[in-house]
Formats: sequence, structure tokens, C-alpha cells
Amino acid sequence: MKLNIKYFGIIAEAAGKTEEVLEVSDEVSLDELKQERVQNYKIQDPDSIQLAVNHELKFNIKLKDGDEIAFLPPFAGG
Amino acid sequence: MRYDRQIKLNEVGASGQEKLRQASVLIVGVGGLGCPAAQFLVGAGIGRIGLIDYDRVSLSNLHRQVLFSEEDLGKPKVHVAKHKLQQLNSEVEIDIFEEPLSIENAENLFQMYDIILDGTDNFETKYLINDACILAEKPWVYASIYKNEGQISVFNYQDGPSYRCLFPQTTRQNISCEETGVLGVTPGILGTMQAAEVLKIILGAGTILSGNLKLINILSGKDQILKISKRTEEIEKIKNQGIIPVSIHCRISDETKLYLDIREIFEQPRISSDRVLQIPLSELEDRLEEIPKQEDILVFCQSGKRSKKVVDLLKAEFNFNNLKNVEGGVETIIDG
Repeated sequence: MKLNIKYFGIIAEAAGKTEEVLEVSDEVSLDELKQERVQNYKIQDPDSIQLAVNHELKFNIKLKDGDEIAFLPPFAGG
Repeated sequence: MRYDRQIKLNEVGASGQEKLRQASVLIVGVGGLGCPAAQFLVGAGIGRIGLIDYDRVSLSNLHRQVLFSEEDLGKPKVHVAKHKLQQLNSEVEIDIFEEPLSIENAENLFQMYDIILDGTDNFETKYLINDACILAEKPWVYASIYKNEGQISVFNYQDGPSYRCLFPQTTRQNISCEETGVLGVTPGILGTMQAAEVLKIILGAGTILSGNLKLINILSGKDQILKISKRTEEIEKIKNQGIIPVSIHCRISDETKLYLDIREIFEQPRISSDRVLQIPLSELEDRLEEIPKQEDILVFCQSGKRSKKVVDLLKAEFNFNNLKNVEGGVETIIDG
């Protein structure tokens, strides 16, 4: 299945892009996707990162073709 | 006549203006977010505004904190802000608190206001605001910035989600605007949007950003809204245990060396060690005699950028030949 991935803040910097389309196996869960991307881009402090699926913050769910996944780090600047 | 243009709106009217006059708002942090928010809220005729900040105006504040002027450099922000805001609208009552928000003062302070506006720049204080708002049963308007991106939401509003529902787990990567750089307009836009949420809450107008996190990207112009669900256990935890301090203290990995930490006191993680001299960059000029010249010292900041400038400057202008920059910043010298 194809997933549309969006990156924000320091994650976008680590990835060198703000979005990408990923082809993954149909069985991949949200947690597995997170782990794989964290390793791929050497993203620090993964526990603090929240994920949104189709514009809704979610954890530990199954994914389906065409889902949009956002990787959201906490910001603190002001 | 002062409020004529907003009273003309259906959402305001004479009754809405009276609601604004009877309302009170506490602004925590009078910086990039807090300044524009304060200006518009004072302009709109909020009855009473509280300002809490212990910082002083510095030259590098002026590109984004346009409430301040060159003549204000070195003066306490809350005093200058009150003076300027009172010139804008003398009808508004302005309380000032020249102190940090702390576990000791937060809940009592919040009890005195209807809405809390977060103008802070560190995780420690954002979690503190969150917890104290849950205990004091007050809504708060949150915003944060990373370079050209911003996040804004309203927490603890009418039984809605809290900041801990969005980010249950904090991070050590506390990167301030001082560190990464920011266009002045970015906190200007976010702070102004925070003021808009405050007005909407008071007026009961429109859709409040509660349960929604708005993400703004100044460069791409693409904004997004993400839905946040309530995590009841995160809210109950605070109600049962009280404020849970988020303090990110670390130890240095090599205690045989001497270090100089030039970060401001709010920057995380803090290092607990008698081998670390803590002299924030903003005080460095007045405290040079505290830095020994006989022993080798490793100078660090968050990323290694500011500390490099400090090492070069102190060597060139003050004959410090014993200083070395920590290239990768604080993360490279701490344990774990």
C-alpha cells in the first residue's frame, strides 16, 4: 500500500523533506511505520513524537492504502 | 468611539464589548508571542491583563518584540510593556509580576484570571502552565514555534484535551528561537492568533481551537489542523497528584573537565555539576571575572553556534586562551 507521509519541525530537517510517498507492505501498523522511519532518518527522542493519521492523532492502529501520516515533534520556541 | 469598529461586528456588539471589559487574561512570557498578544488584547479593551516575565529587553528581542524600543534595552520587560500598553489604552488595568512562573506561584496566580495565554519558550513552563490550569480550572491558549513553523491550540477548555493529551512525553530537545533563529513575523502571527482565540472564548464566538492543533508553515503557506483526543488518565493524574514538575536535569559524562554553560537559565536540559560554570550569554559581559584563565574550559550552548562566537570573542578581546568550543552542543557532553 502507499502512504502519504508529512514531516514537521526537526523531523522534517532530519528527513530533509516535508513530505514523501512510501510504498510499504499491507500489514504495517502505525507503530512499525514510526520505528522504521525513526531508524531510517536517525530521529532523536522518538517517544516524544506524536503521529496523526488522516489529520487525527492516533497510536497503535492498522494502516490502509492512501492514509496520510503526520510525524509531529513537540515545539517549544516562542 | 474607541471600540466602534469591533462593536459593529455581530460577534461583538455592545454586550460583547461589556464581556471583554469584564474579562481578565494572564500572559505568561512577554516575548515574541506575548507582546503582540498583549497589544491586541489591550487594544480590544480586555478589562484586566496580567503580565509575568523576569527577563529584560535585549537588542536581539527587537526584531520580533516590536512593543519594545531601543531606549528600553536592559529594562525589565514587564515594566516597559505596562508603560507602552497603558499609552495604547489607559482604560485597561495592567498587573505586572517580575518573577518566573513557578510551582509555588502558578496555581494562585491563575486563580486571579479567566484565561491564561502561553507566551513561553520552554517545555518546563508549558507543562507547568498545563498542570496549574487543570488545578485552577482555567483554559489556556498555547503556541510554540520551531523556525518557520508554528503550533497553536486551546487546552483545558470546557472539559477538552490538555497539553499532556497532545504530548504525554516530553523531549530533551528544547530548542529556543534564540538558538534556531526565527523571522519576527512568525511569533507575531502566532501571538496574534492566540489573542484571537482569547477574544473568541470571551465572546463565545466562532469555533475555539480546543481539541484541534493548528499547524502553520510560514514558508509553504500550507496550514493543517490535527484533531487531538482527550487522554483522561493524563488529566486525572494531575488532579490527583498536583503539578508534576518537568525538569530536565542531566549529568555531564566527564567530570574531570571544567565547563562553561552560556545558555540562558530556561534552556533545557539543565546540568547539575560543580564542574559547570553557568553564566548566561546575556550576563557574560558583566561576569567575565568569574571565568578562570589558568584552567582549560570547554564552552557549550545548545548547538555549539553561540558558544563558538563566545570562544572567539573572549580570545580576541579579553585574552582568554584557555577556552575550547563544544562543537555539537550540550547533547554531546551529557550522560545518557
